[in-house]
Amino acid sequence: MHEYPLTKQLVKIVVDAAKSHNAAKVSAVRLVLGESSGIIPDSVGMYFDMIAAGTPAEGAKLEIRTVKAEMHCPRCRKDFPRPRFSFACPDCGTLGSPKSLGDEFYVESVLLETEEEEE
Amino acid sequence: MSNKDVEIMENIYSENDRIAERIQKSLHEQGIYAINVMGAPGVGKTSSLIKLIKGLNGVKAYVIEGDIESDIDTKKLKALDIETVQINTGGACHLDGILIENTLNDLGLNEPGVLFIENIGNLVCPAEFNIGENCKMLITTVAEGDDKPYKYPLAFEKAAIILLNKIDLLPYLDFDMDYYIRGIRVLNPNAPIIKVSAKTGAGFDEVCEWIQSRM
Ligand SMILES: Nc1nc2c(ncn2[C@@H]2O[C@H](COP(=O)(O)OP(=O)(O)OP(=O)(O)O)[C@@H](O)[C@H]2O)c(=O)[nH]1
Ligand SMILES: [Mg+2]
Ligand SMILES: [Zn+2]
Repeated sequence: MHEYPLTKQLVKIVVDAAKSHNAAKVSAVRLVLGESSGIIPDSVGMYFDMIAAGTPAEGAKLEIRTVKAEMHCPRCRKDFPRPRFSFACPDCGTLGSPKSLGDEFYVESVLLETEEEEE
Repeated sequence: MSNKDVEIMENIYSENDRIAERIQKSLHEQGIYAINVMGAPGVGKTSSLIKLIKGLNGVKAYVIEGDIESDIDTKKLKALDIETVQINTGGACHLDGILIENTLNDLGLNEPGVLFIENIGNLVCPAEFNIGENCKMLITTVAEGDDKPYKYPLAFEKAAIILLNKIDLLPYLDFDMDYYIRGIRVLNPNAPIIKVSAKTGAGFDEVCEWIQSRM
């Protein structure tokens, strides 16, 4: 719902990284996005191109890795993806506890194009 | 030219979190305990604030009202002599740190007390943005249905206290209390869940006690 201001923040993080490494261009951005973060990947992608235009991040490839919401079953001692509208373990029905809520939203790394340094 | 892989590991919300920390520090220095009041539209956020501020007799109360449009809620509170400022986000679905920081100056906090920040009516986005609060209070209602913890887990996970409002309507609804509470407990084992009615006033004594114990 609020991808625009968040994507602006994303571009800022990426451009700052490029500056601090004296890179003229960012070739790729690796973003981690939880499935339940409420953030729509396509929407981030659309705004990214718009906001990155004219910055070192223009044309950067946005690689988005999505993370599923996972629960842990205390009885079977294993993790399972959170079913819709339920927290119950698909095998035994016991209520699981959240392992990852799938609410991640962070920049993992960036690929920067740098001038080769003269030795 | 060469390519260089640089690890970043920076959360997109980190800038907002820095601002929120700044706000929290400044409020703390002024002796203000801040509560971020969240809930879907019409769950009774404003009605509950009125009950709470009456119940917190002797505690100075301030309110920041967040709405997409209008100052209806602010007018209601001001008519009761409650110090209130309005934020209109003009479309944005949540309050964030910078909005609150810019608004705090207008509020002129001149004595210690409690600050209620009524967030935008929305069960999703407000839970994602810290705004310098000491705690998040989530208001839900029996009228919204018992499945809300399962559909909107984040708000339930982040809340320090959960109010189940409009219990006066319980006789007219099929609300499975067990199912509702079980869903919350998976996400949030410790937050008190307090049944209230902003219409009859039931349950608010307990909420006031909880707030005072944390101040
Ligand atoms: N029956 C009943 N009605 C309630 C209760 N609490 C609030 N209401 C009614 O619910 C409606 C919405 O209440 P508000 O306090 O304006 O809710 P809100 O969450 O502040 O609404 P927004 O700011 O518009 O999102 C009003 O008509 C209230 O009178 C309650 O406990 N029982
Ligand atoms: Mg209101
Ligand atoms: Zn199991």
